Amino acid sequence: MADYIYLIPLLPLMGFLLLFTTLGNLPKALVALVGVGSVASSAMLVLLTALEFMTLREPLSTTLYTWINVGGFSPFVSFYVDGLTLTMLSVITGVGLLIHIYSSLFMLDDKDYSRFFSYMNLFVFAMLVLVLADNLLLLFVGWEGVGLCSYLLVGFWHEDSANGAAARKAFIVTRVGDTAMAIGMFLLFAHLGTLDFAPMTAAAISQWPEGSPILTIACLLLLGGAVGKSAQLPLQTWLPDAMAGPTPVSALIHAATMVTAGVYLIARTHDLFLLSPFALNTVAVIGAATLLMAAFTAITQHDIKRILAYSTISQIGYMFLALGVGAWASSIFHLMTHAFFKALLFLAAGAVIYSLHHEHNIFKMGGLRKKLPVAFWSFLIGSAALAALPFTSGFYSKDAILLSAYENAWQGPLLWGIGLLGALLTSIYSFRLVFIVFFGEVKTEPSQPAGWLMAAPLLVLCLLALVGGFIVIPVMDVFPAATGPAHDGLIAIITPAVPIVGVVIAYLIFLSHSIDISPWTDSKIGKALNRFWFSHWAMDWLYDTFIVKPYAWMAHVNRMDIVDWFYNFTADVVRFLHDQTTQSQTGQLRTYAGVMVLGLAAITAIALFSGGGTAP
Amino acid sequence: MLELGLFYIAATVSLISTVLAVTRYNAAHALIYLIISLLASAIIFYLVGAPFAAVLEVVIYAGAIMVLFVFVIMLLNLGQSGDVAEHVLLRPRMWIIPSLLCVILFVEIVYVLQSSESLLNGMVVGPKEVGLELFGPYVLAVEIASMLLLAGLVGAYHLGRRYFTDVRDVPTAQPLAAVSGDDHE
Amino acid sequence: MNEAIVIPMEHGLLLAGILFLIGLLGVLVRRNIILILMSLEIMLNACGLAFIVAGAHWGVADGQIMFMLILSIAAAEVSVGLGLLLQAHRRFGSLDVDQASRMQG
Repeated sequence: MADYIYLIPLLPLMGFLLLFTTLGNLPKALVALVGVGSVASSAMLVLLTALEFMTLREPLSTTLYTWINVGGFSPFVSFYVDGLTLTMLSVITGVGLLIHIYSSLFMLDDKDYSRFFSYMNLFVFAMLVLVLADNLLLLFVGWEGVGLCSYLLVGFWHEDSANGAAARKAFIVTRVGDTAMAIGMFLLFAHLGTLDFAPMTAAAISQWPEGSPILTIACLLLLGGAVGKSAQLPLQTWLPDAMAGPTPVSALIHAATMVTAGVYLIARTHDLFLLSPFALNTVAVIGAATLLMAAFTAITQHDIKRILAYSTISQIGYMFLALGVGAWASSIFHLMTHAFFKALLFLAAGAVIYSLHHEHNIFKMGGLRKKLPVAFWSFLIGSAALAALPFTSGFYSKDAILLSAYENAWQGPLLWGIGLLGALLTSIYSFRLVFIVFFGEVKTEPSQPAGWLMAAPLLVLCLLALVGGFIVIPVMDVFPAATGPAHDGLIAIITPAVPIVGVVIAYLIFLSHSIDISPWTDSKIGKALNRFWFSHWAMDWLYDTFIVKPYAWMAHVNRMDIVDWFYNFTADVVRFLHDQTTQSQTGQLRTYAGVMVLGLAAITAIALFSGGGTAP
Repeated sequence: MLELGLFYIAATVSLISTVLAVTRYNAAHALIYLIISLLASAIIFYLVGAPFAAVLEVVIYAGAIMVLFVFVIMLLNLGQSGDVAEHVLLRPRMWIIPSLLCVILFVEIVYVLQSSESLLNGMVVGPKEVGLELFGPYVLAVEIASMLLLAGLVGAYHLGRRYFTDVRDVPTAQPLAAVSGDDHE
Repeated sequence: MNEAIVIPMEHGLLLAGILFLIGLLGVLVRRNIILILMSLEIMLNACGLAFIVAGAHWGVADGQIMFMLILSIAAAEVSVGLGLLLQAHRRFGSLDVDQASRMQG
């Protein structure tokens, strides 16, 4: 029944191996066929799995083999499919497939076409392992795998050293979180004796009372991993720089799938977090703080991809907020709709960039509405969903999150207020983008309009971004039943109304110019604030000053490596002894024979006179 | 008792000729003493009841292998100069330390052998038994020995080639050109 | 020949040991490669003698078979050794084994 589940990750892996081992010697058509085909086959299998899941109505699982068996620690390589995994699988393979199709045209002129698809396939493989894993260790394998692919793909155009620096930043910053997560895993294993999700949860519930300090520490460490991977406060600085990668990469890895792995992790271990209210509240605070910070930053940016990156950080902040207030299903729902509309936005942005010869600055664009209709409509729909305008997919998910936040026992109205402010800002910056890029005077002449291979995924994603809100994700068996938000009349009206207000504000400021904001922005405070927000609350400066520079200074001081002195001393002693022993190597046969005889005499003497040897 | 007397005579001959073989300055003389020693060994083999081994000792050891030495000595054609060179190479004081080592080993052997007195079995093990054993349980050893001989053949052929130059092209003690010029004569 | 041969085994083994030691002494003392090879032959022969005597003690053929294997080893060793000797003579112009000391540390 569930025997074919292993094929879902295996096919992209085989695609990767094929493309990787042929070293780009295949014709491009074949590369695209392999790269897209493997993901398409996986998507088909996911569809099959979904049908089976719908019929059986119970989780599927399959164990491939025992990975290690040592000292009572025997993690299996086994896959587990429940509603949550299935949702993630559908997003990964579905959105992944569309992005692969899109890339087959977008990347066509690149000389490393094959390398691109091999990395993309490897990423899909790692991501599928991540969500299919039924224990934390296997999840961690996928977790590191996607981190590696993120590094490889951000630095895809490695001829430019800035891209390499961005890739390293992405890798190292997420590594900080991963280390925390690994320590959390050790802690959980040390206390619970297993890393399989179901037994681990059961053991935790039976072993620890609610709010136990060790559990809280473990949860916070897991949260650290999630924060790093999902670019949340305080480890969010890598994501905007990660936009150095090709646009489809940004769409797939840095919007739709990998950055949401942290959300998935917390959702998967939600039973642990439920036992630790402090950790759960921390999740909510981080989500709320991040969404607000990123939203303010997004308003001031002028690189089209960086705006989208900050909006991604902000949206994942919403997911964290939802997790923190216990609205698990809403969080995953928002994850899915976000994957749709953010992939759509990135791909549409990619189409714009593609047509404008890699122009990223939105102030050099304008009036593209007529020239690039597909991109325009995609952007419009995507922005509407992002801003959560009524009846788009984003509306349903974000509305549910905000209402749940309001209902939360701990600081509910405050979290709701922050989320609402964030929603207002979201609609302002997303429509600012639309108005500046697609309306107003024409500033550039686009060339090479996107072909149908790029247009078709956009259209499908448009459809999903519009009607995705009506999809019912099958996660009710996974999460504890949420107390349905009591629709407080006023709250239920204010929440959806705010984005519309935001759009109107954006219209008045950026399109009709009825409100002149120049007195504010030109004032001293406004300029300072603008610069502060533009630099993303000076986070990079902060890290640079307090971590990077001291570390570099320490490395400078220690460049002779104090610890090495000891080992160099050992090496010197050995070398000295070696030089002395070399003297005995005379190169003369007779000396060697003589020494052998001496040894023979000695050994015989020992054997005879130590009582061991007796005459026959 | 005749056998016992013959054994001690053969043993004495063997020891004396071996000592002489090791101490000669002239290689050809040493070789003659070595052959005598081997023939004495053959007699001992016969006396202890191993006639087949005695025959092999004479035919192969004293015959074939020693003839190889004779050929090599002829090939090198050392003559009188070889004796002179040997006086330089073999100086009396070089005997001291090796002799000491060998005396130690000798004492150890004597110590091992002194404790008990056992006589040899009087059975004569003839060629037939040897053959049956050889191609019965020991057939694998025979195969290995044949491989070893083949390897020796190939090695000797390879090493014996006249213009065997150093592949690493490291200068040798004597210029190669001079040597090969010598060979052409 | 079938009457008991009353040769003490220890004497045979002692002879083998002494021959072996003389050969060893030759290997250690001589610098002429030909003499070294001859000394090696003496040592191998001494081993063969020990095997034969021990085999005769038990009245079995195994000792003789070991002797034959030693014989084949000796033959192979001599053929290769003499080939090396010829090469050494061509290289160094003498048979002094101490000339071949390039492997010193």
